[in-house]
Amino acid sequence: MPFKETMKIFKKPDCLTKIPMRYCPGCGHGIVHRLIAEVIDELGIRENTVGIAPVGCSVFIDEYFDCDMIQTAHGRAPAVATGIKRCLPNLVVFSYQGDGDLAAIGTAETVHAATRSENFTTIFVNNAIYGMTGGQQAPTTLPTQKTTTTPYGRDTKIHGFPVKVCEMLASLDGPTYLERVTVSKVAGVLKTKRAIKKAFQLQLDGLGFSLVEVLSPCPTGWGITPQKACEYVDEVMTPYYPLGVFKDLTKK
Amino acid sequence: MRQEVIISGFGGQGVIKAGVLLATTAMTENKHCTHFPSYGAEMRGGTANCSIIVSTDEIASPIVNEPDTVIAMNEPSLDKFEPKLKKGGLLIYNSSLISKKPSRSDIEIIAVPANEIAEQIGTTKCANMVVMGTYAAKTNAVSIDAIKASLSVVFAGKDKFLDINKSALDEGAKLK
Amino acid sequence: MGIEKYKKGTKVLIKGNEAMAEGAVRAGCRFFGGYPITPQNEVPEYLSWRLFEVGGTFIQAESEVAAINMLYGASACGTRSMTSSSGCGISLKQEGISYIASAELPIFYANMIRGGPGLGNIAPCQGDYFQATRGGGHGDYRVIVLAPNSVQEMGNFPKLVYDLADKYRIPAMILADGLLGQMMEPVSFDFDWVDISKIPSKDYILNGCKGRERRVINTLHMDVDVLEKHNWHLFEKYNKIAANEIRFEERYTDDAELIIVAYGTAARIAVDAIVKARKEGIKVGLLRPITLWPFPEDVVAKLAERVGKILVVEMSLGQLVEDVRMFANGKSEIYFYGRPGGVVPNPEEVLGVIKRAMKSNIKAGEFCHLKKL
Repeated sequence: MPFKETMKIFKKPDCLTKIPMRYCPGCGHGIVHRLIAEVIDELGIRENTVGIAPVGCSVFIDEYFDCDMIQTAHGRAPAVATGIKRCLPNLVVFSYQGDGDLAAIGTAETVHAATRSENFTTIFVNNAIYGMTGGQQAPTTLPTQKTTTTPYGRDTKIHGFPVKVCEMLASLDGPTYLERVTVSKVAGVLKTKRAIKKAFQLQLDGLGFSLVEVLSPCPTGWGITPQKACEYVDEVMTPYYPLGVFKDLTKK
Repeated sequence: MRQEVIISGFGGQGVIKAGVLLATTAMTENKHCTHFPSYGAEMRGGTANCSIIVSTDEIASPIVNEPDTVIAMNEPSLDKFEPKLKKGGLLIYNSSLISKKPSRSDIEIIAVPANEIAEQIGTTKCANMVVMGTYAAKTNAVSIDAIKASLSVVFAGKDKFLDINKSALDEGAKLK
Repeated sequence: MGIEKYKKGTKVLIKGNEAMAEGAVRAGCRFFGGYPITPQNEVPEYLSWRLFEVGGTFIQAESEVAAINMLYGASACGTRSMTSSSGCGISLKQEGISYIASAELPIFYANMIRGGPGLGNIAPCQGDYFQATRGGGHGDYRVIVLAPNSVQEMGNFPKLVYDLADKYRIPAMILADGLLGQMMEPVSFDFDWVDISKIPSKDYILNGCKGRERRVINTLHMDVDVLEKHNWHLFEKYNKIAANEIRFEERYTDDAELIIVAYGTAARIAVDAIVKARKEGIKVGLLRPITLWPFPEDVVAKLAERVGKILVVEMSLGQLVEDVRMFANGKSEIYFYGRPGGVVPNPEEVLGVIKRAMKSNIKAGEFCHLKKL
């Protein structure tokens, strides 16, 4: 039996522009973008939000989000977010950052915004590689993982160990909410959305710094198919970067 | 009128504050003035000093290379600044803490037992005011009354020391 | 009015650093992000309580890099913001300044120069002239550079800096040194307290897109045509600033046979030397550039045509002198005397240099480095 009338049951969130995203097939960024946009729509905060674009594959997000946006230098998004939020505290401010941006060049900005518990939200997309510049080693590249600058695999004796961001930030008194999630499966996507929504809600409630780390596939950077990339997230990344809530000051 | 002064001593002897007091007083007397302190790492535990210029004319460079007056509150300050004094200049030194005698004969020298006088008044902390009294009375660069009027500006919130500082200025002035 | 600390026109004796900080607050500064470095520490120390009093924000940042990026955010949402540092720290800030210049946001930053290069020392120096007047960071851009030479100007220039920065949407800076920051002189704030609610609203700031199209502040232009157009737009803006905003001071130049060109602290020393020289019958004048960028190029060109000798005095190894030579354009004998490394020359020393230059016989357009004897 056909439907009597067409009914729209799925649409692009209002907070995304019509500009097509330039991501590779199987990339996790598009999913995360959509989840953020859905959360902004559901909370009704699009007209009150400023988003901060990083440097990396997601450098163009100022084109994708239909709200006020600012594009910043590599790693400096938390500092820019601090400046905006302190001056106009009624705005909702989020930074969107990759692993190189957040955990290498911007480590100091990340740690100090977190320890000051600046009242904004960071969405941290961890795909264990530098995608935009051509697949070089990231601070989160796994031991033995091959990249274009660790062609024999990451040797921890030579290249050091990966940075576990949620665990590191959880050692600070400042952050309010830290959770690691994944978008490799539908259940993970739904969980990711809940985490992002919680982080934004915390900010609306004035409770301080929140960060959601999303383990995300990079089939191009990893040199495997999108399907295999999702399996890699589940089977290789997740054991090293366990999922879960690392800090939640709302639950005392 | 133009007076170039260097006040020098240990950190904590209040030499920078004494300089600020002198410059502030000059300002209230509508004179031109500059105050330039030693700053940064050299102040930590070492010798603090400041250069003050008081003048009826515009002051271009605030740096004092050849002072008209040196006020030395401790021995290292005497060693460092006595040689720089202008010929015929004035040396006021704190004889409570400096046992050696100044070596130059082409300058005017006043020994002020500043710590002892200050202690008699009530606290050695006002030793800097004793030498300021001597300086002002001797040179008339600024008047003692004007310095007294500036005390509450420079030492804002420390009114309980006001009378002590005034007595210190008067006692110092007697030694001109 | 409670928050107005000093009445307009009342003389107070404060340090240059404090005068600049108070001047900034008076001119509408409501955000400061910075990191301690000698010899400018009085600026953050002062603003840490002063901005609190006026409802502004003070943040001691984790680094100069973070501080300048906080200003990027603060200025992006329309706040008059400020940072200050000294050479080493200003180097770190160049990344952010380049972005802010490209994004065309107004900010105020100050460099109280110390001896360099490297960690150098904390003494007064002018070695950062190139860094300031050539933009400082990566890419084709300029910043407005004001060089005060007194505590009075340290107090008054922040208002000018903010007005110019807002007018042209450009980073603008005060370039001074440890001496001007640390010394105390009487200062009276000569401009009215700026009511920040009356600063004209800016149509480019980010404050939420309610009732309007979304706004984007962006410095990435992958399309070369777009970026070239943006660069030419900046170029036109810089030309407009150069045409309208040059500031300088001339003293004793009417009958001068030798002109000293010097700025900031060096200009103060030069004035003492000039007064001494004139007492001996040597006709010397002073050109003090107040805007180091835009540079008073026409003034130098005209003086070079009229006056036979120009002497540039700097507390650096010869940076300002390059601009002077460029705009004198072969029309005058150019002498240079510099003391780098944190040494402040004394007036007698400069007087000696004046005499050497007066006695020297070189041709117009030739350059002579009068090294320390």
